[in-house]
Amino acid sequence: MKGIISVVGKDKVGIIAEVCTLLSRHQINILDISQSITGGYFHMMMIVDMGSSETVFHQVAKELEEVGEKLGVQIKLQSEEIFQAMHRI
Amino acid sequence: MVNLQEIIETNRMIEEANLDVRTITMGISLLDCAHSDSRVFQERIYDKITKTAENLVSVGEEISGRYGIPIVNKRISVTPIAICAAACLDPDFSEIAKTLDRAAKEVGVNFIGGFSALVQKGMTEKDRMLIESIPQALSETERVCSSVNVGTSRSGINMDAVLLLGEKIKELSEKTGDRDSIGCAKLVVFCNAPDDNPFMAGAFHGVGETDTVINVGVSGPGVVKSALSAVRGENFEVLCETIKKTAFKITRVGQLVAQEASKMLGVPFGIIDLSLAPTPAIGDSIAEIFQEMGLECAGAPGTTAALAMLNDQVKKGGLMASSFVGGLSGAFIPVSEDHGMIEAAEAGALTLEKLEAMTCVCSVGLDMIAVPGDTSASTISGIIADEMAIGMINSKTTAVRLIPVYGKGVGERAEFGGLLGYAPIMPVNGASCQDFVRRGGRIPAPVHSYKN
Repeated sequence: MKGIISVVGKDKVGIIAEVCTLLSRHQINILDISQSITGGYFHMMMIVDMGSSETVFHQVAKELEEVGEKLGVQIKLQSEEIFQAMHRI
Repeated sequence: MVNLQEIIETNRMIEEANLDVRTITMGISLLDCAHSDSRVFQERIYDKITKTAENLVSVGEEISGRYGIPIVNKRISVTPIAICAAACLDPDFSEIAKTLDRAAKEVGVNFIGGFSALVQKGMTEKDRMLIESIPQALSETERVCSSVNVGTSRSGINMDAVLLLGEKIKELSEKTGDRDSIGCAKLVVFCNAPDDNPFMAGAFHGVGETDTVINVGVSGPGVVKSALSAVRGENFEVLCETIKKTAFKITRVGQLVAQEASKMLGVPFGIIDLSLAPTPAIGDSIAEIFQEMGLECAGAPGTTAALAMLNDQVKKGGLMASSFVGGLSGAFIPVSEDHGMIEAAEAGALTLEKLEAMTCVCSVGLDMIAVPGDTSASTISGIIADEMAIGMINSKTTAVRLIPVYGKGVGERAEFGGLLGYAPIMPVNGASCQDFVRRGGRIPAPVHSYKN
């Protein structure tokens, strides 16, 4: 299953590093990354492949949320399906 | 592949505009539980509900976690109890209601709907017994919701039932008078009640339905409002297009959740109910949409037109987003559950009469309206009759969920708490309709119902 990780918050050093470390620990492969910074606000999305991960989806989501709290940004992991459903016919 | 802007848009809808899936409602047929012994019947319905809906709540939570969208309520609707209990020789309906309540608590759903009777053309003995038991049943249970269909466009209006329900609403008000008559918030009187409505308090599992089914109600007045704020001052064409596109996106999420729930629970998908259902939260209000459209507040001249347009565009946008649309589908206008409606009512801009006009073009009816506790039973029956007539003549669903607040009057306020909110007590026209509602019998179906 493909997951979308989105990060929203004030930009600072180490956000991507922390997220990537966690993903590699769970055997989650990053397929694509894009980001933009507007007015000091950091928006990032990652498309990840959860296929090789043995950790259940909501556990990874919870750990990412905790990393976000530590960094003072909001990090969400959602199934790609919700975005496909809403924005693609 | 999705892009960053789309992800930001979806997540803003969820986080800033209160986008949620309002309810996953599992419809369960209880027809196969029928038995002549009421106690055996109750055991059977308890077992069937708790077994069938065992995983409903956990599945709802898992889907919510996977998509990052709140699924606010998980609920159950059952076959109208007056029908399934028809075989019982000596049914105690308030005991049956308690059994439903226990089953709801066991599986963790917050409401169970279907303590209902369909009496549009006449009442069977068991229908009458169920209606008679409503005050006791709803005052002694917590999660049971009741509805009675008293009219359809094909059958006319059963005025005997309308009269009886006026009295029962008063009794229910008194029995739950210590809690601002909250019992009345769990009873809906319908004309043209849909068989597949997932929303409470009026949900029941129709007799033409399959054994079990998943129906999903979407919501999102805040999303529509925030989309409209981006096109402020534009003409009606732009306004309508914006509502349609937004409704499409909201409904697609509902469709996804419904399909996933259906797959995980192994229960067929029924319908998506495309409803804009407000909550008392700021930014989750139908009245705020009216304000964004250019009205000072709900109830101002132009409100009926605004609501008609909103209701129609929501359907047009949502229809293509779902494989099956049903239920009530449209904009709800409950007073106590919408802070903008509450404020308009408190300011005197929104009256019962204006609400009645609005119900001609909204998806349901007079919903969650608090009236003085001394409103007579016949006046309540008169209000129900008016609302049923609107539904019957216009071939639409209409409903009445009035709360005569025991011991309180105009200027005071009823507090229900949670999603049910609070409501200012609105004045009611004091002229009598007693001799009219007491005539008895039926109002025949309108001429345009004879379509065969």
